[in-house]
Amino acid sequence: MKTENQRAWFLVAPVVLLVAFNALVPLMTVVNYSVQETFGNNQFFWSGLKWFEEILTSERFQAALGRQLFFTFTILIIQIPLGIIIALAMPRRGIWVPVCLVLMSLPLLIPWNVVGAMWNIFALPDIGLLGYFLNQVVGIDYNYTRDPVAAWITLIAMDVWHWTSLVVLLTYAGLVSIPDAYYQAAKIDGASPWAVFRYIQLPKLSRVLTIAVLLRFMDSFMIYTEVSVLTGGGPGNSTTLLSIDLVKIALGQFDLGPAAAMSLIYFLITLAVSWVFYTVMTRNEGK
Amino acid sequence: MTVELRAVTRSVGGEVHIHETSLALKPGGFNILLGATGAGKTTLMKLMAGLDRPTTGRVFMDGRDVTDVAPQKRGVSFVHQFFINYPTMSVFDNIASPLRVAGLSKADIETRVGRAAEILRLTPMLKRRPAELSGGQQQRTAIARAIVKDAGLVLLDEPLANLDYKLREELRDQLPAIFADRGATVVYATSEPSEALLLGGHTATVDAGRITQFGPTPQVYRDPGNLATAGVFSDPPINVAAAVKSGDRVTLDGGLTWSAEGAAARLPDGRYHFAIRPHHVSPEGGTGVPVTGQVLITELSGSESVAHFALGPATWVAQSPGVHPWRVGEPHAFRIDTARGFWFDDNGRRVA
Repeated sequence: MKTENQRAWFLVAPVVLLVAFNALVPLMTVVNYSVQETFGNNQFFWSGLKWFEEILTSERFQAALGRQLFFTFTILIIQIPLGIIIALAMPRRGIWVPVCLVLMSLPLLIPWNVVGAMWNIFALPDIGLLGYFLNQVVGIDYNYTRDPVAAWITLIAMDVWHWTSLVVLLTYAGLVSIPDAYYQAAKIDGASPWAVFRYIQLPKLSRVLTIAVLLRFMDSFMIYTEVSVLTGGGPGNSTTLLSIDLVKIALGQFDLGPAAAMSLIYFLITLAVSWVFYTVMTRNEGK
Repeated sequence: MTVELRAVTRSVGGEVHIHETSLALKPGGFNILLGATGAGKTTLMKLMAGLDRPTTGRVFMDGRDVTDVAPQKRGVSFVHQFFINYPTMSVFDNIASPLRVAGLSKADIETRVGRAAEILRLTPMLKRRPAELSGGQQQRTAIARAIVKDAGLVLLDEPLANLDYKLREELRDQLPAIFADRGATVVYATSEPSEALLLGGHTATVDAGRITQFGPTPQVYRDPGNLATAGVFSDPPINVAAAVKSGDRVTLDGGLTWSAEGAAARLPDGRYHFAIRPHHVSPEGGTGVPVTGQVLITELSGSESVAHFALGPATWVAQSPGVHPWRVGEPHAFRIDTARGFWFDDNGRRVA
């Protein structure tokens, strides 16, 4: 009797097809474009790594990458500590817990383009609540549509408003999972609040914080919608992050080759940094 | 250090955790709090430590009212059931942590930590982190942290509950010796009657938020003053049945009857509770009133056998040395050594 057959392949076929169509085929299409020169009439010519060289050496890409790194770094520096501080300040028990959790979840539930539109209007110098207040009441000359510094401040404020909640919720979940006994031991020792944070809460939060940093890194590195709606990359190119620039090249100029090469470089950077985080995370688990 | 709870109660959100309780611990001795999970042992210890404030009543230490004194100023240490250590600190730093807070000199800290580590056999592990240690070593680290500061009151809340059998035995043997010559008053919470008997000292039985009895451990075991104490201080659970005494006859709920003997014979007629420890219910061949009951469960520990059997409306437990051929579902004969039983009145107070 034959016990082996090839029928098992049918069972994995749906997954293979699904992965192929939603990941592999699009990715390979991009790879395909990235090594060819495209002309009208659907004519393609092999161009090797020309586009990659061109992108990596172009000042435009380097500037966008620089802005992207600055943006990601700035929001991480603000959101992670701020998220921890808010989570520490939130009540651990009582009727205010669900109230706080719902309030914290609200920004996360708003569609991204709506967030962009909200801040776009909110910060408008002539009619927006924030813009009008800063200009007319405080007396600061604030106009994010004209002034790059104001645009950056608005952009970062928007992202902090939108995403700090995620760090708060993750940290809060980590905090409530610390057994009371640790705090009791600290009380018996007479440890200061700082010592409790440094030697109990922070070590116990290390894993959840690694995940928070990883998520915030990936999301902020790939941010598109909110920025696109808020500033569209302006004024000038001052807030043109990688994704905004990519769309300009791909859809604005319809340079498929360079855009594909840029996509792949962009993808590899995100992947590499995420991999580093993952390695750090698993190394900590081993301890 | 003398420690005294004076008429303390503790309620949280309208729920009473500790009913009015007064207790003066045996100074410089081993005081055991024996009771089931949720009986209030941990709450009592937290009241002594100052981690919880009594709702009413006062706490005294060395004659001083410390009800409003913060835990770190009371000179207490606390070892929790779970192995609580600072995760990122080495074993040395963990043990040293209360001394550092107290502001001792570096040399002082090193000698005291060294001594504590030696007593608990942690010297080779001082540089490691808690997560790299076994459960027993982690708990020994926590105990070292408790003894290093020479606190007058050491609270051990089921410190061995999460250790495996062998380690538990080993550490249980060491604990009284570790504290014997330090002069500290030790409070040890446990849910196991056998642990209380092995550790000796004094025992307070805790039941449903009340201390039902306090005295030297063997005495509390041999001479329970009430039904709750007898119930808490018995493993397997003590057999209890409602009984009626009329003339010189005693009749249990369910019909079993015998002629009253000893102290029970002098009781006035009326309703009582009769309680007898499982090891005074023996298989056929023992002494006492013969009964037959259907065996429901049997347990074998190797050196002894335990059988749960139906008798009247209740399930009784018999415990006997050796291996017995009891078969589940079949009737077997037992003997109840009624002279060894306890008699309690309707309020659960011991009468004979």
